Amino acid sequence: MATQLVKGNTAVIIGALYAGCDSFFGYPITPASEILHEAAQKFPQAGRCMVQAESEEAAINMVFGAATTGRRAMTASSGPGISLKSEGISYLAGAQLPAVVVDIMRAGPGLGNIGPEQGDYNQVVKGGGHGNYRNIVLAPASVQEMCDLTMRAFELSQKWRMVAVVLADGVLGQMIEPLRFPEQSVAPETDTSWAVDGTAATRPNVVTSIFLDFDQQEAFNNQLQEKYAAVEAAEQDVECIRMEDADIALVAYGISARIAQGAVEAARAEGIRAGLFRPKTLFPFPKDALNAFVDQGGKQVICVEMSNGQMCDDVKLAIECRCPVHLVNRLGGNLVTEGAVLTALRETAKQI
Amino acid sequence: MEKVIRTRGIYSSFPRKGGAAQTATHYCPGCEHGVLHKLIGEALADMELQDRTVVISPVGCAVFAYYYFDTGNVQVAHGRAAAVGTGISRTKNDAVVVSYQGDGDLASIGLNETLQAANRGEKIAVFFVNNTVYGMTGGQMAPTTLTGEKTVTSPAGRDPLQAGYPLHMTELINQLQAPVYIARVSFSNMAKLRQARKAIRTALEIQRDGKGYAFVEVLMACPTNQKMNVEEAIQFVAEQMEAEFPLGVLRDCTAERDPIVRTESDYRKETLDHLLGLDTERAPDAVLDSTAPTVSVKMAGFGGQGVLSMGVILTRAACQAGKFVSWYPSYGPEQRGGTANCGVVMSGQPIGTPMVSAADVLVAMNRPSLDKFAGEVKPGGLLLYNAAMGEVEVPEGVRVLAVPALELATKGGSPRAENTVMVGVMSVLGGFELIESAYHEAIAANFAGKDAAIKANSAVFDMARQWALDQSE
Ligand SMILES: Cc1ncc(C[n+]2csc(CCOP(=O)(O)OP(=O)(O)O)c2C)c(N)n1
Repeated sequence: MATQLVKGNTAVIIGALYAGCDSFFGYPITPASEILHEAAQKFPQAGRCMVQAESEEAAINMVFGAATTGRRAMTASSGPGISLKSEGISYLAGAQLPAVVVDIMRAGPGLGNIGPEQGDYNQVVKGGGHGNYRNIVLAPASVQEMCDLTMRAFELSQKWRMVAVVLADGVLGQMIEPLRFPEQSVAPETDTSWAVDGTAATRPNVVTSIFLDFDQQEAFNNQLQEKYAAVEAAEQDVECIRMEDADIALVAYGISARIAQGAVEAARAEGIRAGLFRPKTLFPFPKDALNAFVDQGGKQVICVEMSNGQMCDDVKLAIECRCPVHLVNRLGGNLVTEGAVLTALRETAKQI
Repeated sequence: MEKVIRTRGIYSSFPRKGGAAQTATHYCPGCEHGVLHKLIGEALADMELQDRTVVISPVGCAVFAYYYFDTGNVQVAHGRAAAVGTGISRTKNDAVVVSYQGDGDLASIGLNETLQAANRGEKIAVFFVNNTVYGMTGGQMAPTTLTGEKTVTSPAGRDPLQAGYPLHMTELINQLQAPVYIARVSFSNMAKLRQARKAIRTALEIQRDGKGYAFVEVLMACPTNQKMNVEEAIQFVAEQMEAEFPLGVLRDCTAERDPIVRTESDYRKETLDHLLGLDTERAPDAVLDSTAPTVSVKMAGFGGQGVLSMGVILTRAACQAGKFVSWYPSYGPEQRGGTANCGVVMSGQPIGTPMVSAADVLVAMNRPSLDKFAGEVKPGGLLLYNAAMGEVEVPEGVRVLAVPALELATKGGSPRAENTVMVGVMSVLGGFELIESAYHEAIAANFAGKDAAIKANSAVFDMARQWALDQSE
């Protein structure tokens, strides 16, 4: 075991290095910049490639190029930059290239501010760019998970040939916690069945997202949907705390989940049977486990998030509104307080 | 029977194109894209570079270049070829990257990527087709459209007052230091075609040898959109385009440049453990302990007072003592205003929220911090403030202590270590229940490599601790 105190943004780069990421391409933006700084320092020391790109569009297209060669590539940014990367993410999806994107969310829309928010949920979880595609989306809630889920993102993106996004927020990026380092490092191999890397083996290959023929484009789209369905069947991940006998589920991801967890303990002390349902994957959304809660007599759901209810919509869809779903939220860079969640729990408990 | 003449470097038929005519290209009659394809393909074949080559198809009429080039192929977003080429070249040192782009793609939507890749001297051979129009989308005005030239979006002819002047990409690239080779060519007669062939080969030789960026602008007409027959098209290039865009080799410093070699990834765990400092810096893992107190501490002050590192030292101490711990700072413009604060939560259980909104301990290093956060101290909590503030109003129901931080730091031999003073005082009065050695380990880790600073801060810590012990008696 090896543990160090580490900043969330640094943990991302530690995870990336042990996951065998060959290249990092980025453009500065608060509160994600430390990821770029760390990459600038550490990647060259491990012989890896790091380029400060001229823009987020350039960065994601550099990722596209590196991914084309079958190497592991990543970029990191925050909302305004993720908007610019959306074009490239759509092309990556269309070309079925694996890549990892880290979004350290800040408040929006527009320039907004650099405080923490979770308002990029729809953009990232629903795809963001044009076309019928999805990203795998992982939601860390601690410095440990900033590292672990970055590693997992590389694994999943490679496995499914999809973009995997690590969706975190300004708090997780800035905070310091002890990090248990990875016990293994990955030495990835190029999949020459599809990569184009300037070798004889890959000379016959082409990486493209064009299907001129409508039927072919439709067939490709259907194939993508089948893949996404397989991802939904295989990769749902959630952490449940005190959910076994819960009447009320708090559904929250990222830093909001840490706050909600405190409220669960406080509510339990008052005899309210609350539990925390923390999605670790946002796509695929852990529908099965949430439905199990409703099936087993769960009565109410309260979503806790720093957005205008973007995840809350997915919760309603997931359980097809089979029980009341409430929203406790803050916007603009403010965090939901434990007190506000506790108040909502008390109110909701009265309705049971 | 149809006779197929095979061009070296180009597939003999084009199944990716689909449809019946699998040996005909998708280009319009009279278009010279085919000539350029052929010259590039033959050069790659002659130099035996096909296995090493990745051709980037742009968005534009050459979007389907991958139907033709018998090399690795990738098709990319509009204008982004230079960035994609960067990604390929940076991760595959030996790859020969060929970017083939039109004027809308390279000089308009992709101008930034184009110039920046050139300025970085990426190992890419760029073949830039200047046909003065957007061909694929129906002949709209391009950045390179000639003054007075009619297009569907400049129906009265390009008016410089509205649309500026034709963009001279070759000259623009020539302003940059990194490119190895820069030339403008055309196919408007045999002599020029031979020069073009030579320029294309030079650009590819530079890639073969890994020397860097090569840019070849190729003048062409677009007979379809400009509604010209072949002769008119050639005449347009020779008379009008070449007058605006003079041909020639603007730079060739091939001989002076050395190959650029990119590093290979090192995946070994030992390498990573070492470079991340695991050899020297390791903390114990946290131990679950339901009897240990959960304590929330807020520290605030002026930017220069070291409140963020005060929090980090405390966090390190808790970590060394096997506690669960988190540290969260104010960041960004908040800091720019001259004040900074951070929160530390330590516990024998995993930490919930790392934000401190109700503090067991508040350390206020200046008056604005005291004013802002005094109300957030829990009843019965501890408020430590910098005695330098003088008289202060304090909230009721909390323990308050003025700490002569500067005095103690100076006495300990390090006047700047006011933050360490506060850590020392907290270690006695904060109710953290951490073993004393953890603080010394934290100081050592925080100032790792700076022995004098470790010594000085340890002395200050001891001094402050003793002072606090005296107070509590
Ligand atoms: C983002 C985006 N905007 C617009 C288009 C539409 N588009 C396709 S080709 C093209 C023009 C390309 O012109 P040029 O680069 O001059 O190449 P040519 O067609 O003349 O060979 C445009 C605007 C697109 N594909 N993507």
